[in-house]
Amino acid sequence: MNFYDEMIEDGAPRESYASYHQWFESQDPKLLKRKMVEAEAVFRRTGITFNVYGKKDADERLIPFDIIPRIISAREWNRLTRGIEQRVKAINAFLFDIYHDQELLKAGIMPQSLIANNEAFLPEMIGVTPPGKVYTHIVGVDLVRTGPDDFFVLEDNARTPSGVSYMLENRETMLQIFPELFSKNKVQIVGNYPQMLRRSLEACAPPNCDGKPVIAVLTPGIHNSAYFEHAFLADQMGAELIESHDVRIQKGKVCMRTTQGYKPIDVLYRRVDDDYLDPLNFNPKSILGIPGVMDIYRAGGITIANAPGAGIADDKAIYSYMPDIVKFYTGEKALLKNVETRRCSDADSLRYVQDNLQELVVKEVHGSGGYGMLVGPASTKAEIARFRKKLISDPDNYIAQPTLALSTTPILEKGKLSPRHVDLRPFVLVGPDEIITTPGGLTRVAMKKGSLVVNSSQGGGTKDTWVLED
Amino acid sequence: MLGKTAGSLFWMFRYLERCENIARLTEAGFYIALTRSKSAEDEWESILKSAGIAAQYDGAYESYSGPSVINFLLRDRDNPASVLSMIDLARSNARTARTALTREVWEAVNEAWLNICKALKKPVTPHVLPEILALIKRQSSLVEGALQGTMLRNDIFDFARLGTFIERADYTARILDVKYHVLLPSVSLVGGALDNVQWETILRAVSANRSFRWVNKGTVTPKGIANFLILDRSMPRSLAFCQWEIAHNLGHLSRAYETQFTSQELAAELLGGVEGQTIDGILVQGLHEFITDFLAKNRALASQIETDYSFYA
Repeated sequence: MNFYDEMIEDGAPRESYASYHQWFESQDPKLLKRKMVEAEAVFRRTGITFNVYGKKDADERLIPFDIIPRIISAREWNRLTRGIEQRVKAINAFLFDIYHDQELLKAGIMPQSLIANNEAFLPEMIGVTPPGKVYTHIVGVDLVRTGPDDFFVLEDNARTPSGVSYMLENRETMLQIFPELFSKNKVQIVGNYPQMLRRSLEACAPPNCDGKPVIAVLTPGIHNSAYFEHAFLADQMGAELIESHDVRIQKGKVCMRTTQGYKPIDVLYRRVDDDYLDPLNFNPKSILGIPGVMDIYRAGGITIANAPGAGIADDKAIYSYMPDIVKFYTGEKALLKNVETRRCSDADSLRYVQDNLQELVVKEVHGSGGYGMLVGPASTKAEIARFRKKLISDPDNYIAQPTLALSTTPILEKGKLSPRHVDLRPFVLVGPDEIITTPGGLTRVAMKKGSLVVNSSQGGGTKDTWVLED
Repeated sequence: MLGKTAGSLFWMFRYLERCENIARLTEAGFYIALTRSKSAEDEWESILKSAGIAAQYDGAYESYSGPSVINFLLRDRDNPASVLSMIDLARSNARTARTALTREVWEAVNEAWLNICKALKKPVTPHVLPEILALIKRQSSLVEGALQGTMLRNDIFDFARLGTFIERADYTARILDVKYHVLLPSVSLVGGALDNVQWETILRAVSANRSFRWVNKGTVTPKGIANFLILDRSMPRSLAFCQWEIAHNLGHLSRAYETQFTSQELAAELLGGVEGQTIDGILVQGLHEFITDFLAKNRALASQIETDYSFYA
């Protein structure tokens, strides 16, 4: 398989990397190694750690950070964002439609059963119009690249995409350890993301909010693996960080327990899944949610971001219809590519998948974090045989995709550049009148040579992502 | 601000103050052990009493030997008042109150935690003790510096300061309580080397051996020490100073929230009880009784603050 390397072409740097590459060549490898240590110290001091469940001795860990930036030119980026924004617009139109008139189903674009039998579809949302008609206030589109302008969407992440704090802190760290690079290269800023997020959430305040909207971030708590990010975002936005036991419902509003009594919240940026959001309306066993918040929401007393039920848009079963969804709602051809996906519940597909396991990537329908998947070309015969058994015993649980030739960008290894596979998660903010894509995003990198799995739970790291100015 | 956040700020700064105080106590004990080896065991015992953990220590150890007391005070996680236990708690409260802290304050606390945990990983030998104690005090100063230099002067700042001064007043009072007998006038008549050791411990435990000499032009008397630690408003660890700061912060909160709180009345009463006194009056009334009463009132004030501002965990 041939892989597109984003930095080097035929032994020479591509245009977007030219200036960086020249700088890199003039650096002392020993100094760069020291900079790696320095970067780690910055992350430790800042406390950007994630908790690993069930490991007492090392319960706070750092995600590996690589100091070589990934660089995207303005031209590449502009093209990409057109595709992203088109897709995000379509997703919001789709969500509105699917919870109202269901024109898409009436037009026969997608079978009714895909919606009706889908757990991510919330009947509680039927007929509910979220403030500003926005369903996905924040989207993190997972993209992979296979060529100069070939970007594929792997997943749309329309629920509660995480990782934005790494995008911001990676840049902060780079600014601290390589200030000179930023005077040589004109890199578009990402640091105003929290302010933009705040503005975007304020613009979606509920109808009964008078004055400046009060925003709160709902976290499952200090032991959640993403607690750092929740606290970070609340802090940067100037919002309150709350847990379920910090609030109660009073006079049609969700109110938090402050030093001066209970005060209403207008916009809730929740980092708790739909199922746990409201024990009265959803999973009754949830202790992370706010009992009755759905009723307040439906009555227009609070905005929930992202809207409950938005997850239907990034469901793996819906994914294969995305090109049609984009076409249906925007009238345009989808600019971003979808990965051809086969559902193993279909007998013909299952047969094909079985015959071609060594070529395919097979994933669990509801899996995440890179667990329980098979990357055919990177697996041994024994691994494939074991996976085949699992697949046959429960075909409905799997989807299969061709193995994409994920692009590479180099990491620093023993003082030298060494290519590794990457993906990209740009963060998109959706307001009633505008869609903003932060220039950059989170680049995840498989630190292991040859590996195509970039998830942090599988040893993946991150990089700063530069979008150059025009 | 959430009541939970306010409570976490208050406790974060109480725990940080405790860390620093334990370091000071350890330093005082270590100094005595080095210079007056005969009285070392007694001093270690009284230091454990001042820290309020003598009973726990007695349950775990046979004798008051320097190395075991030092390790108990600094790095025993089974001791809820050890520096390690305290810094863990300070940091976890800081995490809860993260959104109320500037980046500088958060990083100072996080670094304090990282560095102190690292320094206390292995048993502490006399060889490295001075360095470690200096580190603990320095880390605490860095947090305080970041607080002073970067935080808005609003309710967040007030809750942080209240934690510091409630804890500090408690600590200074407890040292006085453990040592009150050596500060009584009758003892000064007896005089002698033993008492000098005791005075030395008291002053070192509040980092005031130098400032006391400055203020008193070199004359060391028990009454002078008692006066300095209780009534001197220029001394940043005296009871009067702490209560004055507490009253100031509560006044600020009351204006900001446009409400009169019970804690403010208690604080005014406590401050009046200190300020309206002379050292002779306190000694006549009974030093021990005065301190016991002060400690109880300071505790009551702390819990009233928690009620007034709806702290919860």
